[in-house]
Amino acid sequence: MNTEKSEVWVTGIGLVSSLGEGLETHWAQLASGRRPVPSVDAESQAPYPVHPMVKFDMETQIPKRSDQRQMGPWQQLGTYTAGLALDDAGIAHNADLLAATNMIVAAGGGERDLEVDAAIMESLLASANPGPELNASLMSDLRPTLFLAQLSNLMAGNISIVHGVTDSSRTFMGEEMAGVMAVETAVAQIQHGQGDVFLVGGAYIAERADMILLMAMGKALYQGEHCPVWSREANDGGMVMGSASAFLVLESREHAEARGVKPYARIDTVVSDRCNRQAGAARKVADNLLERIADQLPEGALPVLSGCCGVQPQLTEEREFLESLSSRGISPAIRGVTTVIGDVLEAQFPVNVALASLAISREAFFDPFDDSGVELAYSGQPEHILISNWGHWRGESLSLIGKPDVALRGSD
Amino acid sequence: MSQSTRDHRGRPIVVVTGIGVVTSLGEGKEDNWRNLTAGVSGVRKINRFPTDGLRTQIAGLIDWEGQGPYCSPVHSLTLARKSASEAIAQANIGTRGSFPGPLFLAVSPAETKWDQRMEIYRAQNNGAGYQRLVKNASKGDYYHYYSLFQFGSIVEHLADEFGTRGQPISLTTACASGATSVQLGVEAIRRGDTDAALCIGTDGEICEEMVVRFTLLSALSTQNEDPQGASKPFSKTRDGFVMAEGSATLVLESYDSAKARGAKILGVVRGTGERADTFHRTRSTPDGSAIIDTITRSLADAGMQPEEIDYINAHGTSTPENDKMEYLALSAALGSHLANTPISSNKSMIGHTLSAAGAIEAAISLMTIHAGVIPPTINCHEQDPNILMDVVPNVKRNHAVSTVMSNSFGFGGQNVCLIFAAEPA
Repeated sequence: MNTEKSEVWVTGIGLVSSLGEGLETHWAQLASGRRPVPSVDAESQAPYPVHPMVKFDMETQIPKRSDQRQMGPWQQLGTYTAGLALDDAGIAHNADLLAATNMIVAAGGGERDLEVDAAIMESLLASANPGPELNASLMSDLRPTLFLAQLSNLMAGNISIVHGVTDSSRTFMGEEMAGVMAVETAVAQIQHGQGDVFLVGGAYIAERADMILLMAMGKALYQGEHCPVWSREANDGGMVMGSASAFLVLESREHAEARGVKPYARIDTVVSDRCNRQAGAARKVADNLLERIADQLPEGALPVLSGCCGVQPQLTEEREFLESLSSRGISPAIRGVTTVIGDVLEAQFPVNVALASLAISREAFFDPFDDSGVELAYSGQPEHILISNWGHWRGESLSLIGKPDVALRGSD
Repeated sequence: MSQSTRDHRGRPIVVVTGIGVVTSLGEGKEDNWRNLTAGVSGVRKINRFPTDGLRTQIAGLIDWEGQGPYCSPVHSLTLARKSASEAIAQANIGTRGSFPGPLFLAVSPAETKWDQRMEIYRAQNNGAGYQRLVKNASKGDYYHYYSLFQFGSIVEHLADEFGTRGQPISLTTACASGATSVQLGVEAIRRGDTDAALCIGTDGEICEEMVVRFTLLSALSTQNEDPQGASKPFSKTRDGFVMAEGSATLVLESYDSAKARGAKILGVVRGTGERADTFHRTRSTPDGSAIIDTITRSLADAGMQPEEIDYINAHGTSTPENDKMEYLALSAALGSHLANTPISSNKSMIGHTLSAAGAIEAAISLMTIHAGVIPPTINCHEQDPNILMDVVPNVKRNHAVSTVMSNSFGFGGQNVCLIFAAEPA
């Protein structure tokens, strides 16, 4: 077995969020020298603010109406963004490359038909015979295609059908950590020669009462006027759900060079672990993860992208953990991505890798997202960016994105 | 980690040292094997919920005394616990509550079901629709549901219980999920990331809405009058699959690590193959090319020729489409060797356990090697004249088996093929 690990490059990015579509738009909003203004919808899921999905031109990536009709909005968003990433990497429409492209999608589930559910709940409430009545309602009111339009692995299925990605196809589930494990697994596979090209990503749409319901059951949502994630420590914390999708094309350096493709960035390491989240446990896990990558950490100023969800006590634990980097001679320039984009669960880590890769390739970092005092200015050219991405319920991860020693995307 | 024993591509050899199974045929390997070789069906009338008005009223449900009211993630979790406990005990690996490797769980996508939805809806008269649900949810105490109905819930509870290493992975590739969990374990060991992996498939999700969904896709058998005869893979009168519940666990280890600790090796995972299909959300490319590629790639990964396959554990769902396509693809991939190769479908007895099927059939493939007995395809009284395979109809067969190919295909163009072999690797 080859013991020399391949370098892993990010060679394609598709990114859509409540801030807009594309790397240029995100750079303009997050590195303009002004405080970014998040897009917030305080009404539709009140009392919980959410970040609404932007409109995107589906026809450009999913041209067939027959394909569009087979998907719910969540699958449409992911399939669309995956197409952007394949285009960006120069893989789209290249049958040979697509047949050698592996896929790991970090998926939740799609939207239920809320109107059908509402009508059924109301009728069951009054029914003397709820069992048979439920059966009759489901048989007559569910659309045959709805099941497929919401099935978790059908985002990957639709990406295969619409874009022609046909090597391995896996779908990971499990909120924020699904996104982490998708990238971590793809990186490990590339490093060990188990594949040269991977399409990895996820999507999440906040304007979904069925998913808001799940988080409301856990009392995990932030209520009240939208505020930066670090400012929520003062008022019980909580998540603001976002709407975003990011897909990444990850490629071995050799493979990218052979086809003449420049990288945005290099993924050096992704490490993850878990605990039962008793007080202080997540911090301990993060400290251990940091030890595992300590020899790769630079000294001095280090840009950090945090996917901090805002739920307590992890909010405080993660902030304290990141600030403790200073005891290692590192001065972290922290950016709470959830302040501007919200918590996008499975898509959170792919979004963070996309933003880190963008910053590496632009040879600059984002301006502070808020005035909390947690986020310090950074004016250097990042050689490394640390991503801290913890699950709101379970799982902790750290990863290091680096600057390849070659000409970067966008530098020509 | 010192790795000295390598396969034909220089990778660590992956072996199985623990197996656990629970299906509608019973709990544990012994009961399952006895029923599988006796040609018993675990399919029966659904009694978990009213079936009035449903076109399909049969399934391979698993219920037992004193299990409490049905709650789908608790059920899937309990089934996974049972199979994992059996497999870990057999492998005799690690210490109690501390498994020395990662966890890969094939599991159905989590979803709040009607029972929970109505419980929350009824809690307070707070308007209507989802607004009412969300309001009631934020006022009441529903943390237990929050901890059960997330997409990562079941795997986290299993990781707590079995003390697996690192962040566990929940995965779905529809009806190929169980096989995908084995693939992920094999890949991790081949990379040298770990010496052991816990691969579990579980599915205990049968409720009204699941039955209706598959009914609307015209996927299910409606032969309600004869539940045990309804799943009839490869027969002329097959009319759909029968949903079922179950779980299986494989403890995978590197050959060297298993040898070093003196573990009994139950079989070798020789190869895996995969190829996503682009044709349709529920149907295969008509020429079978994606499945053919999947099978061919598994042989190449195993370093084997078609002639070296002794027995095929079919996906064999009993839908008109699947069984026809599986035969077409096997004919193309194995050529004339197919005519000499017995093939049977465990689903004829167990039903289709969806997310768990690939893991359960992997477990049974290994048990087949061990016993030298091939479980039959039951309910095959009139074989489809267009499917010219030796499907081991109705009665088990004594037959030395040292290599097995196990197929799994899922909606969304998911195709996985696993090849198992007896030791020596």
